[in-house]
Amino acid sequence: MIISIASGKGGTGKTSVAVNMALSIENVQFLDCDVEEPNAYLFLNPKTNETRPVTVSVPFVNEKMCDHCGKCADFCQYNALFAGAEKILVFPELCHSCGGCLLICPKKAMIEGKHKIGTLLRGSAGDLELVYGELEVGEPMAVPVIREVKRHIKSGKNVILDSPPGTSCPVIQTVCGSDFCVLVTEPTPFGLHDLKIIVQVLENMKIPLGVIVNRAGIGDRKIYEYCKEKTIPILLEIPYQRRIAELYSRGIPFSLEMPEWKTRFQTLFNSVAELVGK
Amino acid sequence: MKQLTVLSGKGGTGKTTITASFAALARMVVADCDVDAPDLHMLLHPQIIETKEFKGSKLAVIDETKCTGCGLCREKCRFDAITENIRVDPYACEGCGVCTIVCPLNAIALTERISGHTYISKTKYGFMSHALLSPSESNSGKLVTLVRQNAKMLAEKEHIDLTVIDGPPGIGCPVIASVTGVDAGLVVAEPTMSGIHDLKRALQLLAHFDVLPFVCVNMYDINKDNTEKIESFCRENSVETVGNIPFSPEVSEAMVAGKTIIEYSPRSAVTKEIEVIWQKISALMSKKQSLK
Repeated sequence: MIISIASGKGGTGKTSVAVNMALSIENVQFLDCDVEEPNAYLFLNPKTNETRPVTVSVPFVNEKMCDHCGKCADFCQYNALFAGAEKILVFPELCHSCGGCLLICPKKAMIEGKHKIGTLLRGSAGDLELVYGELEVGEPMAVPVIREVKRHIKSGKNVILDSPPGTSCPVIQTVCGSDFCVLVTEPTPFGLHDLKIIVQVLENMKIPLGVIVNRAGIGDRKIYEYCKEKTIPILLEIPYQRRIAELYSRGIPFSLEMPEWKTRFQTLFNSVAELVGK
Repeated sequence: MKQLTVLSGKGGTGKTTITASFAALARMVVADCDVDAPDLHMLLHPQIIETKEFKGSKLAVIDETKCTGCGLCREKCRFDAITENIRVDPYACEGCGVCTIVCPLNAIALTERISGHTYISKTKYGFMSHALLSPSESNSGKLVTLVRQNAKMLAEKEHIDLTVIDGPPGIGCPVIASVTGVDAGLVVAEPTMSGIHDLKRALQLLAHFDVLPFVCVNMYDINKDNTEKIESFCRENSVETVGNIPFSPEVSEAMVAGKTIIEYSPRSAVTKEIEVIWQKISALMSKKQSLK
């Protein structure tokens, strides 16, 4: 079963939920897909078993064969190529690696090479397997790194995907293929506004979902009204408690110090499994 | 015109609360560049003056009357965006156009898709440039660039010499589009392990694009040891720290009331600290200007 943890709004507690759930159940593979700001490893303290670069294919111009016709630059939808009178300039950070310039070049002057955009790390913490990616600072495209992380999904495992915040491409790349998506929100106007957007995204993608209300007690009750109206199940409420916030600030998954929460996360996992029918 | 971007790396540290407060404190154009999940309008209540469609990305469309199902497009597509029965998967398609050139029957074309809207608005404090990306759409970096262009145009037209940009979380494409070419970046940090980790990456990003960094710690009293760690890290790296905002339930109360904290609780400790932060930043930014 593949469960992704997403939110729309940032800082609502995705990683906290994902980590605590992962530590409360068995046979887990944890994939941190927030490659811009990966945090799960800070809570899991894994032993790193493998580190390797994530590269994407980018074009290089064989100057001997290029006649600067500019067809490659005309074709490129991402402005990654610029045709000057004397030289074709390549901007690797804008390239989406579609390979179109190689196909369109009449002189076969384009060659593909590798450009490093991030790092993939694999580690283990007890029985838990952790896979995560780290986007290089200054590189704009998180999606190929997420794709690489997801390539490690093992069937037969309870796979937990920790998603980045937001509602656009990196989130879509993370949640696609999930059996279920757990949305972590907070009961505030910002939390609700961003929840509505991500719910619409997931409905478009036909991914079943449920909500966890984190920091319950702050804000107002509108989240509950919205979920009721949309018949979205509220899977769990985590109250706003100073102790939980403090443990989080120190990088400690709160279910380790507050064992009653371990049972609650197990129940959460079981209710998700039931909703998915697995 | 000077530009300041409020960013954080980690989400939910208080970027929008702080940006909205700045808008209430000084004359500026505000730009909400968190186009995926924009929240600033809930505190500033903009009256929209102008709306424009945003055509961000393209989508391959197959003319089924011409398609023979040969599968060449599927073979050449690197995004796995052509399904087994030769249909375009709109979520996977990145609009590159490779399928249009490999199709032997010219049965595929790229079409523009409306990926969102940009807005120019007026708030009770001044002008605002914002946008909304349609759910599941991509190319938020390009939309951020448009929001910034609109802000710049507004500032020039209205003779306002400052734009404050509310940035998205992370360090990827929309964040890069929010920080390139600005005068300064305020990183809103949170005194947690994750917050410290993400702050460092946000500062690296500002250094990479040669943007003057400032740091403030929000909810600093949640973990004072971590706040000290952030302060000493900034000292060691010659990054200016501009203030520590205390935790207060009034911040979410103000949010529920749809008001900036400045308006909701003008004498609160949070308001006072944000005022100090704003004074420091504006002084530092004008100093930087005179050095140029």
